[in-house]
Amino acid sequence: RRRRLLGLIERSRVVIFSKSYCPHSTRVKELFSSLGAECYVLELDQVDDGAKIQEVLLEITNQKTVPNIFVNKVHVGGCDQTFQAYQSGLLQKLLQEDSAYDYDLIVIGGGSGGLSCAKEAAILGKKVMVLDFVVPSPQGTSWGLGGTCVNVGCIPKKLMHQAALLGQALHDSGKFGWEYNQQVKHNWETMTKAIQNHIRSLNFGYGLSLREKAVAYVNSYGEFVEHHKIKATNKKGQETYYTAAQFVIATGERPRYLGIQGDKEYCITSDDLFSLPYCPGKTLVVGASYVALECAGFLAGFGLDVTVMVRSILLRGFDQEMAEKVGSYMEQHGVKFLWKFIPVMVQQLEKGSPGKLKVLAKSTEGTETIEGVYNTVLLAIGRDSCTRKIGLEKIGVKINEKSGKIPVNDVEQTNVPYVYAVGDILEGKPELTPVAIQSGKLLARRLFGASLEKCDYINVPTTVFTPLEYGCCGLSEEKAIEVYKKENLEIYHTLFWPLEWTVAGRENNTCYAKIICNKFDHDRVLGFHILGPNAGEVTQGFAAAMKCGLTKQLLDDTIGIHPTCGEVFTTLEITKSSGLDITQKGC
Amino acid sequence: MGNLIILDMCMCPCSQCHSHDAAQLGRKVAVVDYVEPSPRGTRWGLGGTCVNVGCIPKKLMHQAALLGGLIRDAPHYGWEVAQPVLHDWRKMAEAVQNHVKSLNWGHRVQLHDRKVKYFNVKAGFVDEHTVRGVAKGGKEILLSADHIVIATGGRPRYPAHIEGALEYGITSDDIFWLKESPGKTLVVGASYVALECAGFLTGIGLDTTVMMRSIPLRGFDQQMSSLVTEHMASHGTRFLRGCTPSQVRRLPDGQLQVTWEDRTTGKEGTGTFNTVLWAVGRAPDTRSLNLEKAGVDTSPNTQKILVDSREATSVPHIYAIGDVVEGRPELTPTAVMAGRLLAQRLFGGSSDLMDYDKVPTTVFTPLEYGCVGLSEEEAVSRHGQERVEVYHAHYKPLEFTVPGRDASQCYVKMVCLREPPQLVLGLHFLGPNAGEVTQGFALGIKCGASYVQVMQTVGIHPTCSEEIVKLRISKRSGLDPTVTGC
Repeated sequence: RRRRLLGLIERSRVVIFSKSYCPHSTRVKELFSSLGAECYVLELDQVDDGAKIQEVLLEITNQKTVPNIFVNKVHVGGCDQTFQAYQSGLLQKLLQEDSAYDYDLIVIGGGSGGLSCAKEAAILGKKVMVLDFVVPSPQGTSWGLGGTCVNVGCIPKKLMHQAALLGQALHDSGKFGWEYNQQVKHNWETMTKAIQNHIRSLNFGYGLSLREKAVAYVNSYGEFVEHHKIKATNKKGQETYYTAAQFVIATGERPRYLGIQGDKEYCITSDDLFSLPYCPGKTLVVGASYVALECAGFLAGFGLDVTVMVRSILLRGFDQEMAEKVGSYMEQHGVKFLWKFIPVMVQQLEKGSPGKLKVLAKSTEGTETIEGVYNTVLLAIGRDSCTRKIGLEKIGVKINEKSGKIPVNDVEQTNVPYVYAVGDILEGKPELTPVAIQSGKLLARRLFGASLEKCDYINVPTTVFTPLEYGCCGLSEEKAIEVYKKENLEIYHTLFWPLEWTVAGRENNTCYAKIICNKFDHDRVLGFHILGPNAGEVTQGFAAAMKCGLTKQLLDDTIGIHPTCGEVFTTLEITKSSGLDITQKGC
Repeated sequence: MGNLIILDMCMCPCSQCHSHDAAQLGRKVAVVDYVEPSPRGTRWGLGGTCVNVGCIPKKLMHQAALLGGLIRDAPHYGWEVAQPVLHDWRKMAEAVQNHVKSLNWGHRVQLHDRKVKYFNVKAGFVDEHTVRGVAKGGKEILLSADHIVIATGGRPRYPAHIEGALEYGITSDDIFWLKESPGKTLVVGASYVALECAGFLTGIGLDTTVMMRSIPLRGFDQQMSSLVTEHMASHGTRFLRGCTPSQVRRLPDGQLQVTWEDRTTGKEGTGTFNTVLWAVGRAPDTRSLNLEKAGVDTSPNTQKILVDSREATSVPHIYAIGDVVEGRPELTPTAVMAGRLLAQRLFGGSSDLMDYDKVPTTVFTPLEYGCVGLSEEEAVSRHGQERVEVYHAHYKPLEFTVPGRDASQCYVKMVCLREPPQLVLGLHFLGPNAGEVTQGFALGIKCGASYVQVMQTVGIHPTCSEEIVKLRISKRSGLDPTVTGC
């Protein structure tokens, strides 16, 4: 039935799923006939499986009501949306242009989400174009194909984190019998060059895989000029126009600036840090996002003098108990924190690589001001969606005016039916590479008929790669209490001491594991949190288990892998409500 | 009469938890523990194989070897490490041994805290309710109880009929307690103990050879096992395959000369080593227990104790858990859980039985191998080739890229039923931190996860474990399973 419906939509110029007695359906039919468009009308009250068809329509379009209208494979919506589209001229355009478009799909933005969507669509036999253009940062940094994750996000971040962990490993190695001259220094240039070489090989790989799949890749800035039509401007300013039946916006985000004197001139962001040609030296990191803490963590790991300036709390949106522990570990390992201050001015004292900057900051609570001198100021105060300069207003795609994010329905469709969006620019969705990849791929499959599966944004695991890694999946304690009420929850927790830390002489009672269970649903695990080495590797499998409905009983019944950190979750005994001591004395 | 005696020739953590649990349930509990020194004279304290001569020192020495690899990586990540880099066995061994000793002490304190009586005596049955203990000085005690649990574990076997094996060879009971570096070492055997030891010895820079009669890691997935040895071979461990030793002699300079037979060519080979480590299996320690006096049956072949699903032996109030039991996985956490569940059944009114299926484990070879559930061979033999679908991938850990490490053996495969929703039967992961990666998935598989559910899980980027939720290529498709890009 599903295939039959999709086939019908694919073949017909206009399909109206209607009911013979419905006045709205009648209005729509009249509209199309006045436009002289030939329609395929399916009266759901006059066929045997009408109710079932309606179920399938609900799955495909997220709309159960009739009339339900498709024009040239694009789901327009119900009666009101159709009349709106008529008034805006979109409907006429949809009717006019059949295979006249240059492409079946144009994707704006060649990051994780955009590329996965483009490649999948190409695999399904569609003619696809990707537009990708990196506007240089205020410091002049730009990069190749692949988006934030590959160039200025996850990949270089994890590699620098690894470099910092190696510093710790070198430190530990003496305790494990390794002997060498202990005067070990870190060379920023060597590391950065190696990391940038790896990134370039990834950029190349992405280009290659697009070519292999016959996706047209254009290194130009894309901007809507009218319905179904986009202007692509390249580095030299040459303009080319392309049209497509459908569009996916995957433009992502860029770091935010403070809007104070000297910020764009002298400060850097994560866009610049990973390819900085010189060691940043004494650094002030402004912000308390995971980007801020991760960067501060690895810079301190290289032995640099690092200060983090925090306006209010660490890791907003994450479990606050865990966030505090992340912060206090960093503090114990040499990162300085300036709490409740915001910068008001940045001045250059000396030019150089690095130069010298004076930062003036004021208290968020009083009138106190402080001054500090740093070699580098790294802003990590948040990211802004790249949605305001791509002509969305020209075709009427709505964005959240405040955040710049694009609201979509559960099939990633914007208010303009043929325009979809994936990745970090989605309103209310996690900003994570694997989410973007998954949703991009599933979107292409839905658009081109290969499946109906929607992207599931629930229980998405993630890991913050701070010096002590923090992995989590599901709800934070605060959120769980808000949703389920404290008395309905049981929280199990423990501190633990990784075996590798014992001989290395690293501190006991620092790593921490916590699960939040719903007492009235078989102690089902609502939230999973771990602070310890390899948290990412540990968390992934538990996330898979949460997909299958993990309960406390199942954790208890599962045999641990000895000796690992992950096994602590199979022997959790102490509840938070008991107030019992969770410090570890021996092993 | 007490409620429970736990017999513990080399007291394993299994009986620890067990005794704690029983004592916490308000019972009068005694633990009888005695370590018979190894033929080399190595002895140790409370805590059993795992703590003293197993998992704990093994993983710590594995970590020492991993750190060696990280030191080699470090210059690529910008750390300027001056050559030469050397490894000092004594320093490592002392640190590891000190940690183990602190654990021995901790166990002692815990038993005391939980009011468990502890006797350091060698025990044997007098009758089905009574045990006689003989202390080091020869002093005897008699203990009697309603319930008796045998958890005496196993000890490494020496090969019979090989001249010089017992005189000159050592086992895993000794290696972790050596004060001096073992030097050039021959490891005989292909069990996980053999490969783990050979792996860390190679990793800390020793010339190491593994001699194996037939296949590596019998009982494990054979594709994974051969990748494990392939990785070791490419990282400096030598392998003598299809060979069996026939003689060990001590040369005048103190070195050991080993003679072996190459079973494929029929030719004889010889080599000299500083140390010969036997890792040819473990035997249960049941002979000295006088089990016949209590009427407890053992397997005639293995001497292991026969039990039912409640861990009861042929004598209903005598139980056996851990490595001493016939047909159980020889793993610490398995024993711990079996012990705990037994205590709860005996005194806590519970009826939960131990589930020995889907026990996850990890082999800490230089490239770690984690698995849970069925091997590909076992899945095929149970369900038939046509009903099994295997998804697999060769991947490259991100951390390997910068130092240019070879990732040829980093591989993951998931063995599923072919019929939707494709129930997961087994998961096999070869790569860094395999233990950490496998633990969570073991839960999923226990919950009855399907391939579809695992694929719906969003990955954590960039990790190695995310490769598991991205498995798309089936073996049947014949497509290239190499992961490219991210």
